[in-house]
Amino acid sequence: MKAKHQRLILALVALGGVAGAGVLAASALRDEAAYFRTPAEVKAGKAEVGEAMRLGAMVAAGSIKRQSDGLTIDFVATDGKASIPVQFTGIVPDLFAENSGMVADGRMRADGVFVADRILAKHDERYMPPQMGEMPKNMKLVPGE
Amino acid sequence: MIAELGLALLWIAAALACLSLVAGVLYIRTGKDDLAALVRPASVAQGVLTAAAFLLLITLFVRSDMSVELVVRNSHSLKPMLFKVAGAWGNHEGSMLLWLTILGLSGALVAIFEKRLRNDTLIATLAAQAALSLGFFAFLIFSSNPFKRLPIAPPDGQGLNPLLQDPGLAFHPPTLYIGYVGISVAFSFAVGALVTREIGPAFARAMRPWVLGSWIFLTLGITAGSYWAYYELGWGGWWFWDPVENVSLIPWLAGAALLHSVSVTATRNALRAWTVMLAVIAFSMSMVGTFIVRSGLLTSVHSFAVDPERGTFLLALMFIYIGGALTLFAFRAGAVAEGKKFALLSREGSLVINNLLLTTILALVLLGTLYPIVAEAMGEKISVGPPYYNKVAGPLALILCLVMVTGPLLSWRKDDGKKLWSRLPVAVFAAALVLFGLILFGGKVGVLPLLGMTVAGLVGVASLAPLWGRNLRRTPLPTWGMVMAHFGVAVALAGMGAESAFIKERLVAAAPGETVTVADFSVKFAGVKPIAGPNYTAIEGTLVATTPSGASFTLHPAARTFPGLMGGPPTETNEAALLTRPGGQLYVVLGQAVTAPDGSIDRYQLRLWWKPLVWWIWLGGALIAIGATLSLLGRAQLLEIWRARRARKSRERFA
Repeated sequence: MKAKHQRLILALVALGGVAGAGVLAASALRDEAAYFRTPAEVKAGKAEVGEAMRLGAMVAAGSIKRQSDGLTIDFVATDGKASIPVQFTGIVPDLFAENSGMVADGRMRADGVFVADRILAKHDERYMPPQMGEMPKNMKLVPGE
Repeated sequence: MIAELGLALLWIAAALACLSLVAGVLYIRTGKDDLAALVRPASVAQGVLTAAAFLLLITLFVRSDMSVELVVRNSHSLKPMLFKVAGAWGNHEGSMLLWLTILGLSGALVAIFEKRLRNDTLIATLAAQAALSLGFFAFLIFSSNPFKRLPIAPPDGQGLNPLLQDPGLAFHPPTLYIGYVGISVAFSFAVGALVTREIGPAFARAMRPWVLGSWIFLTLGITAGSYWAYYELGWGGWWFWDPVENVSLIPWLAGAALLHSVSVTATRNALRAWTVMLAVIAFSMSMVGTFIVRSGLLTSVHSFAVDPERGTFLLALMFIYIGGALTLFAFRAGAVAEGKKFALLSREGSLVINNLLLTTILALVLLGTLYPIVAEAMGEKISVGPPYYNKVAGPLALILCLVMVTGPLLSWRKDDGKKLWSRLPVAVFAAALVLFGLILFGGKVGVLPLLGMTVAGLVGVASLAPLWGRNLRRTPLPTWGMVMAHFGVAVALAGMGAESAFIKERLVAAAPGETVTVADFSVKFAGVKPIAGPNYTAIEGTLVATTPSGASFTLHPAARTFPGLMGGPPTETNEAALLTRPGGQLYVVLGQAVTAPDGSIDRYQLRLWWKPLVWWIWLGGALIAIGATLSLLGRAQLLEIWRARRARKSRERFA
């Protein structure tokens, strides 16, 4: 076996591997990437019930209500154009507060409530309230599940 | 005065870098030795002056000089001293100066200590290093001057994000930076070797310590960062595939590939073009990482609100360096003579497969990290999270571990596989034992954790195989290093598998006096009390965890509140409490107070986790770093020098 042949075989193996990895990645991205939506987009009917997605919005002032089990909260997520009721069971992250940005992973329930299984709060060096109507920037994922 | 001096030092250092570059290039073109004589001292002086400028910046922070904008924005006179010092690099400008300092000092080290390379290659390497520094000097001086003064000094600073006020985090960025910059030195070596066409074992041996050293720091940085996120953020996970985590992981993967391929080049004079290419890739990845974090493209805990101008600047730098190196590579690749041949079933063959897998994992992680940016440019907002990464990187990492089992047992050049058959059965038996044990007693376990633990058993036993039948005292350090690092991978893998398979979790709202059970602990919630820290107030819970054997332990999770600075809102941070046991860790988080209908506080949210073997993850990371350190010591031949010295001393004693 000449070195040239060997190199060719190796190159073909590498190409095959890369192609396989590409296919794997493409299918995984299609299955696993979640859409990041605002309340307005959800209201416009872009989110299907039960589809895993990420909701980015502000927590509306005065909207956080705690249920009697002490663990579940209901609040309203708004982007200034539309509002979506959100329900979450767990400990909210440190920076979760009314009038500030939040991102929630979860899915829409048939009754129009977004059920969050994880909330990520805005988390930047210097607190700056995001512009209403814009996506809160500077998200650090601090999962409170 | 100090700030002005610091800026002046930066300008002088930048001029010296310019001198190194010009003198180096002219020397390569003309071969005049008096030009070459300039480069070494200029490189050393540049490193020293940059370090001095950085020390001056730290001085400004220590003295809380509020006439300097950077200090005002990132410090406060009441902060504990450690965080005043750390404040100097806990921001964009300071961290860039730190980057330059490490870059300059490593250039100085190369200039002083590198003796193995041909002189012209060394000069070319130093010139490449100077070119790198020059770009960052321009970036620092023109777009992010750390010494900028304010027209009017405010009475006090804005402080530092309380979440970042953690001793571990103070040392986290520098650790990663040393790693990144070490890779840039490897890149300079590659460029130098390309320029003078000296790509061979000598170049690989000169480069190897830098690759190893930088990879040690990256390993430590990633391990420590993961532990910090685990205990500080109170969410109980150890890896979130957050973009910022990914951009440190990507250079680590490139470094891992590079240190394996550089071994082939140094030992067998093969894979030469690939090693050079990989050095360019590794450096590109650390640049891309810096760019992503610093440009604010992807934002996360470490990102400092940055403006697009800086991003553009970095992008241009990246384009020049990486594009230049690739162009050079394209012109010189033909000149890289063919390396030594080897069969596919051989140590080299398995290292090639190792490199292919590592670079594939790297590409997939990079793809997942960049995909949201590309999608956003096309008007789709998408988030790529752990499910994607686990799905693509998990299986490939397991295959990589299988290669790790066989590779070290094969001989160089060609192997008949005899050794494999004689040594693998024990490891396979261990893996089978783990697998059947898990299937019989493990209950419901996911496929990936199950395979992970099985492969961990296989690797754990097989990684020790290279030591079998050897005189352990005469075994060279690099072999010990390899064994320990590979064993560390097995330990970390076992920890990851066990934690994700057998984690137990309880979420409750408990009144003082109540008892919660999690796994086989019964945990009594005794109550909370307010406490005051140096710059925060806190509510501290007291929990008593009792094991089935009757031993009891007290845990104190707390919720801290830092007063808002400059009229901002107060910040709350959560301090988890950890109980480390041989079998894992009990992790307790105190949530918010729950008010009864009459308005009084009657319960507190508590979240408890039992995480089996979780600390093995970081133990594994530490073992990998220690193993790499042993290899580095072996390569540096310090031990031989020490032994020779001892032998000489004992001879003198008997003389």
